[in-house]
Amino acid sequence: MRRQEILKWNGWGYNDSKFIFNKKGQAEFTGKRYRLGGMVLPTFKEWIEKTFGASLEHKTTSRASLNVNDVPPPIVNEEFLQDLRATKISYSQDAEDRVFRAHGHCLHEIFVLREGMFKRIPDIVVWPVSHEDVVKIVELACKHNLCIIPFGGGTSVSSALECPEEEKRTIVSLDTSQMNRILWIDEKNLTACVEAGIIGQDLEKQLSESGFCTGHEPDSMEFSSLGGWVATRASGMKKNIYGNIEDLVIHIKMVTPRGIVEKNCQVPRMSTGPDIHHFIMGSEGTLGVVTEVTIKIRPLPEYQKYGSVVFPNFERGVACLREVAKQRCAPASIRLVDNAQFQFGHALKPQVASIFTSFLDGLKKFYITKFKGFDPNILCVATLLFEGDREKVLQHEKQVYDIATKFGGLAAGEDNGQRGYMLTFVIAYLRDLGLDYYVIGESFETSVPWDRVLDLCRNVKERIVRECKEKGVQFAPFSTCRVTQTYDAGACVYFYFAFNYRGISDPIHVYEEIERAAREEILANGGSLSHHHGVGKLRKRWMKESISDVGLGMLRSVKEYVDPNNIFGNKNLL
Amino acid sequence: MVRSSISGSGTALLYFPGAVPLSQVHPSALLLCSEDRGELRHPRSALQPCKPRTTTAVTTYRSELSGSRVLSCISSKCVSASLQQKELTSKKRDEFEDILEERRLSSDLRYAMKCYTPVIYKGLSPCKPNAIKSVVLQSEQVQYVIKQLAKEMGESPDIIQEEATEILDEMGHSMQLGTVRFFAFTLSKIFKQLFQRVCVNEEGMQRLQRAIQEHPVVLLPSHRSYVDFLMLSYLLYTYDLALPVIAAGIDFLGMKIVGELLRRAGAFFMRRSFGGNRLYWAVFAEYVKTMLRNGYAPIEFFLEGTRSRTAKTLTPKFGLLSIVMEPFFKREVFDTYLVPISISYERILEESLYAYELLGVPKPKESTSGLLKARRILSDNFGTIHIYVGQPVSLRTLASGRINLCPYNLVPRHLPQKPTEDIQEFVSDVAYKMELLQIENMVLSPWVLVAAVLLQNLPAMDFELLIEKTVWLKGLTQTFGGFIEWPDNLCAKKAVTSGLSLHSNIARLVDGHVVLNDKGVEDGAVGEIVFKRALVILMCSTYRNQLLNVFVRPSLVALALQMTRSFRKEEVYSSFSFLRDIFSDEFIFFPGISLKDFEEGCFLLTKCDAIQATQQEIYPTDKGSVVVSFLSAMFRPFVEGYQLIFRYLSKETKEAFTEKQFIPGVRNFVFQLLEKGTTQCYEALSSDMQKNALAALVQLGAVKKKKMANGFSYSVNQEAIHKILDVFDARTPIQKPMAARL
Repeated sequence: MRRQEILKWNGWGYNDSKFIFNKKGQAEFTGKRYRLGGMVLPTFKEWIEKTFGASLEHKTTSRASLNVNDVPPPIVNEEFLQDLRATKISYSQDAEDRVFRAHGHCLHEIFVLREGMFKRIPDIVVWPVSHEDVVKIVELACKHNLCIIPFGGGTSVSSALECPEEEKRTIVSLDTSQMNRILWIDEKNLTACVEAGIIGQDLEKQLSESGFCTGHEPDSMEFSSLGGWVATRASGMKKNIYGNIEDLVIHIKMVTPRGIVEKNCQVPRMSTGPDIHHFIMGSEGTLGVVTEVTIKIRPLPEYQKYGSVVFPNFERGVACLREVAKQRCAPASIRLVDNAQFQFGHALKPQVASIFTSFLDGLKKFYITKFKGFDPNILCVATLLFEGDREKVLQHEKQVYDIATKFGGLAAGEDNGQRGYMLTFVIAYLRDLGLDYYVIGESFETSVPWDRVLDLCRNVKERIVRECKEKGVQFAPFSTCRVTQTYDAGACVYFYFAFNYRGISDPIHVYEEIERAAREEILANGGSLSHHHGVGKLRKRWMKESISDVGLGMLRSVKEYVDPNNIFGNKNLL
Repeated sequence: MVRSSISGSGTALLYFPGAVPLSQVHPSALLLCSEDRGELRHPRSALQPCKPRTTTAVTTYRSELSGSRVLSCISSKCVSASLQQKELTSKKRDEFEDILEERRLSSDLRYAMKCYTPVIYKGLSPCKPNAIKSVVLQSEQVQYVIKQLAKEMGESPDIIQEEATEILDEMGHSMQLGTVRFFAFTLSKIFKQLFQRVCVNEEGMQRLQRAIQEHPVVLLPSHRSYVDFLMLSYLLYTYDLALPVIAAGIDFLGMKIVGELLRRAGAFFMRRSFGGNRLYWAVFAEYVKTMLRNGYAPIEFFLEGTRSRTAKTLTPKFGLLSIVMEPFFKREVFDTYLVPISISYERILEESLYAYELLGVPKPKESTSGLLKARRILSDNFGTIHIYVGQPVSLRTLASGRINLCPYNLVPRHLPQKPTEDIQEFVSDVAYKMELLQIENMVLSPWVLVAAVLLQNLPAMDFELLIEKTVWLKGLTQTFGGFIEWPDNLCAKKAVTSGLSLHSNIARLVDGHVVLNDKGVEDGAVGEIVFKRALVILMCSTYRNQLLNVFVRPSLVALALQMTRSFRKEEVYSSFSFLRDIFSDEFIFFPGISLKDFEEGCFLLTKCDAIQATQQEIYPTDKGSVVVSFLSAMFRPFVEGYQLIFRYLSKETKEAFTEKQFIPGVRNFVFQLLEKGTTQCYEALSSDMQKNALAALVQLGAVKKKKMANGFSYSVNQEAIHKILDVFDARTPIQKPMAARL
């Protein structure tokens, strides 16, 4: 029941999985959950030292465990507790339970966990097990005028889970994790009705037992929930085949203070005015709790194949992705990382098992840099994932590699591709390692029309470098990007940004100012406020600029009708 | 016509800066931060000074105020940008080095053949001039316009493409190192003949070197002479910096050989007017932007649009500036550096040509034979040139928080798009700011002071008195932030004498008196006498004019004090505003901050004890009357000249007229008055003043400007003109007999 027992309380992911420096001073990834688990990464230390100017001698450590005395005492009114007990819904006022649900995974939140305490956290956590339970909780909240903050997987990176400091009412954290059943699977229509608290990987695992999948794979899928995907307009890595959440959802049931909102049928499309699903998707917990979702499913793919292509430079790579998008032949996933990220990935290469592999690696490197004349400090890599019938995959693969060749690309093997995707999952663990050595960082994303991709990437990276310099950051920042999704009309771009904060007294503030400047740069370059992370409280200030006054008013009026007393008072979005 | 009264909010508005000087506004910043960044990145020592050179110690300090004025203009509109900036660390101006000294010591040929490997923009992939042309031709921008035109005119796109190619061939530069070396050699020879020294602030060159590597650079020199762009390229070659591509008037192509030589030295040519020609505009804009985006070379053009015939900064033109700013607005480049460059001449090569031109004797067409004929000037001495390369100004910093880029996000970037009002206003503000920076760093020679004194004391002035007054004016100029080049050890007498000898064609010493050199005036017809006198006065005023933009704010306050019978601050301010509006095309004012200008004027006058001010009142001090009357006399030619021009318009013009009719008309009118002796205002003969006065009237709505098939036509609103004249007449107190003649 207490999922937090296997998860870190002050960092990303599983307790047993983390980067460490072993006794020999070499980097290593612990645990057996990931392919990288137990492997030694011989060049990683050097990369960290070179990139960040960090040194293993300068270490900062997190508090070992939560100090219960620091936790603000719960404000819960007794009448409500009595009513709650009557419903038989389980709840907790335990400090650890409450702190665990007081945050997402923004840098400042993790930093607070390691070194401080939140000013406001939920007063009580409830665990409904069904739609009906949720209805009861919302009714009680309305009756006692409480504030509900729905909590799914807790992977938010938009400050969406943080409690508003000024909230005086009792804050109820509504944890959906116990609503995790697949209610039914409809093989004729290829849909499944699922409770919204289910975690991504559990959903896929359970569906696979029946030979199906949703194909929705956000990078957080090990921890994030179906309801969270709906509430934030999530996007999955393999959206080229399966679509983003808005393409996958057939029906949504949501409990609001005004009552239950849902449609009367489960159809592929309907023309009944503006789609009410679009009020719900991206509402970020401001309107109600998503309890049940009917989602499209697909038969499990027969065959999967990874791949990778090296391009002489980022410009050529982007041009190739654009062409692939134009011909609408994008594989399940196609991503292009810039040179800095390529080198980063390289540094995470595990120790090779045999002399033969190391010889092969050397040969490959020689071929690409010497024979083909690629500059190792400029070249960039695209990683590919194909899925489907074996024959079609091979055909598809050929088509994509043919296009790549036109843009100077060289096939660089399956292994590199696979490692690229594996890194997606372990990369999130790296921040915790960095935090131990004065390195802080985060990722952020945007979507942008094709013709502005290059300008945006260059300008945002440059802006970050400049802002760091201006704000007194002593070491050059790590500022890198990748194109992670392609669309007909544009792309999704993902940035990593980290720096060594030694010598700065208020690193989080500096970090936030720089991230803010980077976001402003994105907007000035014609990029969006967010492609899939959402707005939360972190990006609220730009909402008006993003969707106009009237647009904001439209959203406000929905909120006012659905939730006039602001029961869902997490203050996100608006 | 006076701006509507500001009483009511008056006291609040007219907060007087005496107590809290404007210097609280950090003059720093916008500029400094870019410099600082540069330093982090590139070690200073990168630029090697060739050989030890003598350094002219210039002990002029930037007045606190002149720095703050320019900057506060923009920062007032965008507080956010400047608040976080650092304080100005040093207010000292850079020191100068004479680059000719080295030339006089070593071989010009070897210099011309030296190894030239300039630093270039970090993102540049080098390409040939012709490659640029084909990039431009194939660009979406140009192709779009070609297709549009083809559709509209029912022509085949090929024909229009052909036309575009021709335009490009006419326009494009074809820079060649060989030609550059040829120029390096010949210009060395010529410059050594013409000039005693060519002084440049080496630190400015170092800053420029760093800027060139960082972002695309736009060089914005002042324009007083054809020598400007030759000299600037020569300078960059000397310092091993990337040579600029220069926007030049198409007229140069009329010169056989020379036109082509300039083209090979990096000039590209623009037609004088192409407002209506969409293809030309598209090709031209794209050509400039392509070079800028690639960081191909620094782009150089003159904000003033043409050589200022009066040595007074001309109001800026916005077209080219908005073109070079666009890639930043569209975020095609991260930033763009604008570099104001002030070039000042102790003696301007074209001085007499300008005077003739201002008097209506047409400018000789640019021709090679004309150039060859002009070679006799080689035997003449033109003194020293000072080139001050200002701080590169980051466009990004200027724009921060100021403009909304949304319109650019909503339209594909290759479509021609009319800039929003916001953007237009920003472009105009930047243009004025850059000109004010040019003015701030413009070196003033002692002769400029002599000319200003002399013009107030015609026909003859005691030599000793002239020296005394010149020294006095030097102090005043420095108080006002003027940048005077007056070596520490040079005594006043020597400075004046050397000025007189350099400018013997303008003034000379006769029996202990300095008189204008108007030989041949004694004999000849009245008309001829007036013309010759006008010539020498206009030439002389060219030098005084260099002071005017430094003096204009306090002087207009002084004039306003004289116009206003009361000492009430509000009334003085309204007279000030009136004058500022009237002279909006004559002098350089940052758009829209009349009150700030007034406060600055008052502050400067307080600083030199010329006035005292309380919350409500301003009055001259006893000893300040000397300053106040000097300042108003300095600007009197403009006050009187404008009145004459307005009078002409109120009396002589009944119907609509063109500029071609207006200029000779008003010239004859003034000429006759001068012949009769009813006025002494020779400067009113200047076509420059006449045009400026007309433009101001158009802006004030007293003259209507209508676009006709060929040019503009003007018609006068008599009532409005009379109102303006009434303000002058009723309020100009009669202090000097000279003024009484009006």
